[in-house]
Amino acid sequence: MRKSFVAAVILVALAGAAFADGSGDPTAVRSEDGKYYDKDGNPTYKVQADGTVDWYTYSGYRRYHSECHVCHGPDGEGSTYAPALKNSLNTMSYADFLGVVASGRKNVSASQESVMPALGDNPNVACYMDDLFVYLRARANDAVGRVRPAKREPKPEAFDKAEASCLGQ
Amino acid sequence: MRHVLTTFCLGAAVVFTSGAARANDELIKLQQDPKQWVMPTGNYANQRYSQLKQITADNVGKLQVAWTFSTGVLRGHEGGPLIVGNVMYVHTPFPNNVYALDLNADGKILWKYEPKQDPNVIPVMCCDTVNRGPSYADGKIFLHQADTTLVALDAKTGKVVWEVKNGDPAKGETGTSSPMVFKDKVVVGISGGEFGVRGSVTAYNLKDGKRVWRGYSMGPDSDTLTDPQKTTNLGKPVGPNSGTNTWQGEQWKIGGGTTWGWYSYDPELNLMYYGSGNPSTWNPKQRPGDNRWSMTIWARDVDTGQARWVYQMTPHDEWDYDGVNEMILADQQIGGQNRKTLVHFDRNGLGYTLDRTNGELLVAQKYDPAVNWTSGVDMDKNSPTYGRPKVLDQYSTDKQGEDVNTKNICPAALGTKDEQPAAYSPETGLFYVPTNHVCMDYEPFRVRYTAGQPYVGATLSMYPPQGEQHMGNFIAWDAKTGKIVWSNKEQFSVWSGALATAGGVVFYGTLEGYLKAVDAKTGKELYKFKTPSGIIGNVTTYENNGRQYIAILSGVGGWAGIGLAAGLTDPTAGLGAVGGYAGLRNYTSLGGTLTVFALPQ
Repeated sequence: MRKSFVAAVILVALAGAAFADGSGDPTAVRSEDGKYYDKDGNPTYKVQADGTVDWYTYSGYRRYHSECHVCHGPDGEGSTYAPALKNSLNTMSYADFLGVVASGRKNVSASQESVMPALGDNPNVACYMDDLFVYLRARANDAVGRVRPAKREPKPEAFDKAEASCLGQ
Repeated sequence: MRHVLTTFCLGAAVVFTSGAARANDELIKLQQDPKQWVMPTGNYANQRYSQLKQITADNVGKLQVAWTFSTGVLRGHEGGPLIVGNVMYVHTPFPNNVYALDLNADGKILWKYEPKQDPNVIPVMCCDTVNRGPSYADGKIFLHQADTTLVALDAKTGKVVWEVKNGDPAKGETGTSSPMVFKDKVVVGISGGEFGVRGSVTAYNLKDGKRVWRGYSMGPDSDTLTDPQKTTNLGKPVGPNSGTNTWQGEQWKIGGGTTWGWYSYDPELNLMYYGSGNPSTWNPKQRPGDNRWSMTIWARDVDTGQARWVYQMTPHDEWDYDGVNEMILADQQIGGQNRKTLVHFDRNGLGYTLDRTNGELLVAQKYDPAVNWTSGVDMDKNSPTYGRPKVLDQYSTDKQGEDVNTKNICPAALGTKDEQPAAYSPETGLFYVPTNHVCMDYEPFRVRYTAGQPYVGATLSMYPPQGEQHMGNFIAWDAKTGKIVWSNKEQFSVWSGALATAGGVVFYGTLEGYLKAVDAKTGKELYKFKTPSGIIGNVTTYENNGRQYIAILSGVGGWAGIGLAAGLTDPTAGLGAVGGYAGLRNYTSLGGTLTVFALPQ
């Protein structure tokens, strides 16, 4: 998995073409209320030349390291317990990501049983699906490193409103 | 004086009413036989010390692998095997299989127990599907399964004698800890502090699994089994409603304080000792107050469950410093006085020595110099803050507030030590402690509770202390004075339970997979062998047909495997981290093997 990922990076670099992950070309083509979208309408990240990240990447970083890292390890890097999501998003589409996070999945073998819980009913996850996706997409494309994003765009007002209504506050 | 009288009367009553005390007599005898290892903690005092001395500091360098056994499961393997007579009992992580191996026939499998459990319990186990092992008593093996089923197996056949459900995984309640048998009762705790589970300890009847008592970590006095007058905190009565009056509203109902650590027992005092875990959520702003009795050392009467005394180490936790680590009972001379002490190495980085008869605080000192969140515990008995740690504002995630990233807090949420138990040698008078040497950034934020879902509320990232390259130490500690005697650096956190022996050798495992032997007096490394996978299990020793054996489970995982597999986050570098930030996955991989060592014949 890791090898093919490296190979893909090299291929893309050689071809000089835009990199594509499981959801296609991650390049942001438009933004709406501080949230960025690719040409296919999937949410995506935006990292400026000085390292400033969009709000959703930053929010996703925080949510990931609260809800996900206890199984999937720091920075989407994986653990002895669960796969590296920064690799998963190289082949997984936005729709599949939402499906797995909301409904969970089971991967059972003789020597171990991996079970992803259904988090669709968990507002601490469900209200931040796009944030998590955008952060992990940025990690998958090495657009942000293994660090807490130092600089970020301000929190959009639309985010505050959506968060409050989603959390029922 | 009245206190003494009450104790005496209670003790007398027990002698007359408890017909099943025989099981206790059997265990009290068995735990003193160094040839066997009949309880996960070695003995009731949790000392993890063995009188065996065929293997010594002089000859341990010649140690060889005698035999190995694959458990068939690739997950974090905590705990260790039991040895009862000529049979060894080996457990696995989920699905919690148990094997009985014939030590007189090269480990031939006598029976295997394979419970059927709903795999949906897996994702509600916060940090890997670990299990710390079964217990033995009265011809039965007691196993605390992931789904909280407590099962009694016939030690000869593996057949189920009785089983009982201790909790509900749909609410995030799971089982990882070892049950312990005290007198005629099997005592179990519960896991799920990251799911808003309210922790409790429950005693079941050894014979039939009938519930006898349950004591919660918080809630009304009738739930916590505290007596406003008789239960004391630092020598004073706790008063009424002590388990609810430091919580806002009904937050205690999802208050955490889970009880997934180790349990010790003093048969003379008839008291059992254990610690309660972190309050839920990890966001301290969301649960104002001291959050009693999370983060607390408990002394409970084994017959009734009633709390004799409590001591809260970390009031209003702000860092996830669970108080569940083992309570080691040892009689020591302190200030020229013989004391029945309890020694505890807390996640919060402080090593505590208390008088276990009454909970008097004798020593509280940092057992890793890196610990920085507190300037120390107030030891002045006349001070209004007596017994409380002084928290530095700079490292207070509550003072810094929600949505603020508080930096460079030591230790990290892993604690200076987690569940991996320390050992005590009565010969050297020293405690041998496996430790983590890791710091963190911690940012709390608001979360909402949903039953059965993670209830965390903080983002954190971890790294070695500034300017350092190693993430663990293995230390010798003098609990009489609260001082480190010697300290060995380890590249990774030491996540293996230690073993001290009369041969003057101390054993422990490392996350890369080494089984190591060091000199008990000096810490000098005398032997090491790399086992198939990283070690988070506890070292065990036993004797069979005149030979002393050392046994250890390999199988990397647990919190350590999750936090350290990929290496820690290096705030100053990108990918390709090195040194102190190196990933464990560059050193070891998943496994599940028991390795048994002995001297060549």
